[in-house]
Amino acid sequence: MVREIEKTAGIPVVHIATIVPIMMTVGSNRIVPGVAIPHPSGDPSKDRKHDQKIRRELLEMALKAISTDISDQTIFNK
Amino acid sequence: MTKRVVCYINQFFAGMGGEDTAHVPPEVRQEVVGPAMQIDSLFGEEAQVVGTVICGDSYYGENIEEARSASLEMIKDLEPDLVIAGPAFNAGRYGFACGDICSSVTEELGIPAVTGMYNENPGVDLYGKRTYIVSVADSARGMRKALPKMVQLACKILNKEKLEPARLEGYLHRGIRKNFFHEETGAQRGVEMALAKVRGEAFRTEYEMPVFKKITPAPPVKDISKATIALCTSGGIVPKGNPEKIRVSSAMKWAKEDISGLEDLTPDNFESIHGGYDRTWALEDPDRVLPLDMLKQLEKEGAIGKIFEYACYTTGTATSVANSEKFGQEIGELLKKEGVDAAILTST
Repeated sequence: MVREIEKTAGIPVVHIATIVPIMMTVGSNRIVPGVAIPHPSGDPSKDRKHDQKIRRELLEMALKAISTDISDQTIFNK
Repeated sequence: MTKRVVCYINQFFAGMGGEDTAHVPPEVRQEVVGPAMQIDSLFGEEAQVVGTVICGDSYYGENIEEARSASLEMIKDLEPDLVIAGPAFNAGRYGFACGDICSSVTEELGIPAVTGMYNENPGVDLYGKRTYIVSVADSARGMRKALPKMVQLACKILNKEKLEPARLEGYLHRGIRKNFFHEETGAQRGVEMALAKVRGEAFRTEYEMPVFKKITPAPPVKDISKATIALCTSGGIVPKGNPEKIRVSSAMKWAKEDISGLEDLTPDNFESIHGGYDRTWALEDPDRVLPLDMLKQLEKEGAIGKIFEYACYTTGTATSVANSEKFGQEIGELLKKEGVDAAILTST
């Protein structure tokens, strides 16, 4: 899905998910590793504040990925 | 009655020249030309090659519609029972032409067709599911071995014999699976495979994993503070009650929901229906899969221009690659039409 959206719309699509090798295999170009499979954009292990902080950091990383010029599949990590 | 076969070949195998003549448009000869000669003799009494259609590879690639329709006309006039194209070995344009001719002959004229290609020929990716492509060597040095394999398969098809699985018949898998009863249960077969793997012996999977494609990365967004960003997910996050009836697995469609009036996803407005992960945490707070609340915050702070008014969603578990690609293309069309600058897609 990520690859085809990017190809069809011609816009950068950031993929946030957890299994990086799969994101690589399906052809995602801008990869942001998520927290866990059932909650890629959140961390319920502590309180709500912590959960939101983690989510915000992931989104900030995604925005960085969107604004970064890349020539090949790239993993954006802290 | 002897069956009628028409061959399709390129300018090179017709002896007309190489790249210098690759621009010749389709022509038909009521005779056997190039490899068609050998094909005709291999058929023996079974069938006869009644004509050869020849087209330059570049002409075909650059004038697809015209080349296809002219070739189909010529083929149709010869009233064949079967068409053989190539073999194209690892020649990309030739493979494309052979695959296109064979698929169109079958789909538009209802005539079966067989071609031959090296398994990495781009024609395989494009047409492997639509026609019979016999696996051949990567260069014309493999001609002598390729033609008998192609003719053997062609004879079976002409005589309407039951075909064995692709790997036994020597053609490339068309992605078709037939149901049958196996004498051993799946558990027995699975354990045998696992044991063979542990022993370092050869074993064959019963379900091959698909091969995925890569694309050149899209250019970055220059000014993110003015950009419209779309939120998408294959994590099964749907509006409460699942109004679009998205399936919990093997999704057949995607849907979009207006989120422009929302600040936060909560159990009251959204839920997870995904059948492939423990939904406990996503049900508690759907933002953990579709991160609207924090993106909204970033929007308010001016870090991004705005969030695209629709969230696009579906379920990714056990959804076929073909459907996923189709969903991606459809979402891509929407985002393009609406002038969206970038997207964030989450998967579980």
